[in-house]
Order: sequence, then structure tokens, then C-alpha cells
Amino acid sequence: MSEAIVEVKGIGKTYEGGVEALREVDLAFPAGKLSTLLGPSGCGKTTLLKIIAGLIPHDAGEVRVKGRKVHGPGPERAFVFQDFALLPWASVLRNVAFGLELRGVAREERERVARRYIDEVGLKGFEERHPSELSGGMKQRVGLARALTVDADIILMDEPFSSVDEQTRRKFQEDLLELLRHRQKTVIFVTHSIEEAAYLSDQIVLLTPRPGTVSRIVRPAVDRSRSPDEIRRDRNYLDTVDDIWGTLRQYV
Amino acid sequence: MRALLSLALWFAVWEVAGRLQLSSIVPPFSAVIEAAFTVVPTEKFRGAAVISLRSFGIGMALAIAVGIPLGILMARARSIGRILGMWVNIFVSAPISALVPLLMAVVGIGETTVVVTVFLFAVFVITLDTQVGIDHADRSLVEMARSFGARPAQLYGKVLILSALPEILAGLRLGAIRGVKGVVIGQLLVAIIGVGELFELYSNHFLMEEFWALVIIVFLFAFAVSEAIALLERRVEYYASNR
Repeated sequence: MSEAIVEVKGIGKTYEGGVEALREVDLAFPAGKLSTLLGPSGCGKTTLLKIIAGLIPHDAGEVRVKGRKVHGPGPERAFVFQDFALLPWASVLRNVAFGLELRGVAREERERVARRYIDEVGLKGFEERHPSELSGGMKQRVGLARALTVDADIILMDEPFSSVDEQTRRKFQEDLLELLRHRQKTVIFVTHSIEEAAYLSDQIVLLTPRPGTVSRIVRPAVDRSRSPDEIRRDRNYLDTVDDIWGTLRQYV
Repeated sequence: MRALLSLALWFAVWEVAGRLQLSSIVPPFSAVIEAAFTVVPTEKFRGAAVISLRSFGIGMALAIAVGIPLGILMARARSIGRILGMWVNIFVSAPISALVPLLMAVVGIGETTVVVTVFLFAVFVITLDTQVGIDHADRSLVEMARSFGARPAQLYGKVLILSALPEILAGLRLGAIRGVKGVVIGQLLVAIIGVGELFELYSNHFLMEEFWALVIIVFLFAFAVSEAIALLERRVEYYASNR
């Protein structure tokens, strides 16, 4: 596989009150690939993602991005939130441009960039709407566009599809693969859905429950150049799902 | 419409009661309105209005300038919040009027006392509501801003304060209503300035029409201030429904 762009070494995290969320986690995330953190609730997968994002401090170990040790958020990483985290008082356009606004990019320039990504995620015509006027799926498209707009190499996604309905979710997964196909983005994706992980990922990290440790790493040999329906009927895809379930069932 | 009807009914009852001369302190409503028109253009009223509005304005401005930052500080720095929280809660429900005589002894009998009274009436509820607003601000919005590299000033200016705006405005509205009370009570106790002086004058000389006219004017002012802020609140209502 390609060179690791994000490395996690010996990460440990114990929350106030003594709950040990992560212990001795060593992982490497290859550049330009989609990796999934998968495991049952409470396995610390979101904690690990937020540690990589620099949003939560860790107690032990280190996070390296492009070889450099990081201690907080950085412009090479962008986050997509489970609950969308959109500014309710701002239009879609301003929400998508918000990352650039924080960086001090001039209004005209940032809105030009934002409009391009709004178009790409399929929300053209909704620029002036407010989040309250959008469905869950559309809100998450805004969240994705916002992450793409800052042009980070690494996109961190925390269960981005967990609060949208099944049809929207499938369509969104397909669009996500399409969006990533031509870009050299590294994606780290948290989910509790085995199918989602097998469908999207180049590398799947299975975590054990409390404290979270790496149980197994699965690299599905699914040919992603094929159509979504073909992928879902692919022998390797189905085997991967069964294989992962075989490992995870012991933790449930 | 119902409100107007209700008002009309009460004014009618007042008018009848006044005309029947049931009590010497209740003149007919029409006479009160008439008195309002003779009181308002006088030099004396204008002077009283100016000094009262000035005390209200300065006191409120100070209460806002102290209350909002203090509320933010209390919400963001847990330890300060715990230390000051108890006091703010005590003072928000305490009868501040009882402190006015003490104020007179400390800062003198004059406009300053009234300004301080307005400040004390308004500041605690503004502080408390701001604290609650910032406390309840969406945590993931804060995380979002941090993940996109927001500096502290941006975090406050672009996320936290806007997120807490519904509560802050509610605090300002309650604070303003209390502030009006503060002006009247302060001036009544000091008794030689502003509207308070007029109230004293009218009641001592048994000018009941003028007295009631002044009461209505003060009520209307408090109502107008509160409604103006409520109008703003309705404009930001969708924030709250969106969290």
C-alpha cells in the first residue's frame, strides 16, 4: 500500500472518572485511501478520530501527520460531524465557506470556492437556504462541502450517515466514492455499519470494546471502479461482510 | 383585538368608578388622559424625562457591558462560574430596593444613586441568562469551529455569542424591565430628581390626574422597551428551534 500520511503510535486515552477508552493503539493510514474505524458502540472509535483531529487530547502516545507530530487541529485535516454542526443562523453558502472565513480568505474568493463545492455535492440552488430548511441528508452534504472547501488532504468523517435514512445513505455513499475517485484525499471514516465499511473502504480497522484496541485490520479486495450495484453483489464484498461479522460478533 | 377590547373594558370601568367619585385617589380616566396632555409639554416633565432616560441609559449600558462578559466568563471558566454563581443567583432574586438607602449613604443623593440602582436591578439577570446561553451553546459547533482553526476571538464572535443570542436577548429584555423599575424606585427613594420628584410632587399636592398620567407614561415606556427587544427575539427565534 501507499505511504502512511497519518500515523498513530501507542495512543491511550482515559476519560475523567476513569473510563479507559483507548489503549496502545498503533495504526497507519495510507495516503489517498479510505480507511474505516469499525467497532461496537463504546469501542472508542469516535474518540480515536477526534484525537487524530486534535479535538481531544490524548494521554499516551503520539499522532503524526505527514511525519510531523501534531497536538491540535491543523489545516491539512478537515472534519465532517455526525450531527452536521452547521451554523443555524447562516446560509448554506456561508456554512460551506466557513472554514475559509475563519482563515481570513476574502469574501468573494471564499464564496466562489464554496459555490463550486456546493455544486459538486449536488446542492446547487440551495446556496441561500438555511439549515433548518434542509433534510438530514442535505445537511450532511453541506458538512461534506465545507470539509472539501478548505482543501485539506485528510478528511475525517464521524459516522456522517448515521442520522439519515437508508435510501439517502446509499445514495450518499455512492456520491462519496464518486467524489473521492478523482481526488487524492485520504479519508478516515468512523462507522458502526459493517456493510458501509466493506462498501467504502480500502482498509478496515476493527476495534475491540472498552478499552479500544486494534483487533484486526481487513483490506477488502473489492474493485471500486465498478458500479455500485455490481460492488454490492461482488463476491469479495459479501465475503468481507461475513468475515468482519465473524470477528465482531464475539464483542457484542 | 382581544387585548384592545380588554383594555377598553377596563378603561370604561375606571371611567365610571372615577365619575362616581368612589375614592378621591381615582379620578376619571378621561381626566387622566387630559392631564397627560397638559403634563407632557411642560418644562418640568421634559427635564424629568431627560434625567430619567439618562439614568436608565447609563445604568443599562453599564449592566450590559458588565453582565454579558461576566456571564460568558462564568460559563467558560467553570471555577469562576461556581464561585460567582451563588452570588448572582442570590442577587437576581434579592429585593435590591433595600440596598438603595445604603447606596445613598455611599454615593450620595443624586443621579449616581439612580444609575447604580438601575445597574444593580438589571445586571444580574443579564449575567445569568448570558451564562445559561453560552453554557447551552451547541458543543459540536464549538468543536467544528476549533477543527477549522478558529482563534479564540473568532470562536466567541462567530459562534458562541451568536449561539447564545436568544438567551442573551431574553436577559436584556428582563434586565430592561427591571431597569425601568430601578429608575422609578431609585428616584422615588432619592425623591429629588426626575420622575421620582414628579411622583412626590403630584402625590403630596394631591394632583391625582397628573399622578396617574405619569404612571401610565412610565408603564408605556417599560412596555415599549420590552416589546422592542421582544421583536428582536422573535427574529432570532429560529436559532433556538434549531439546536
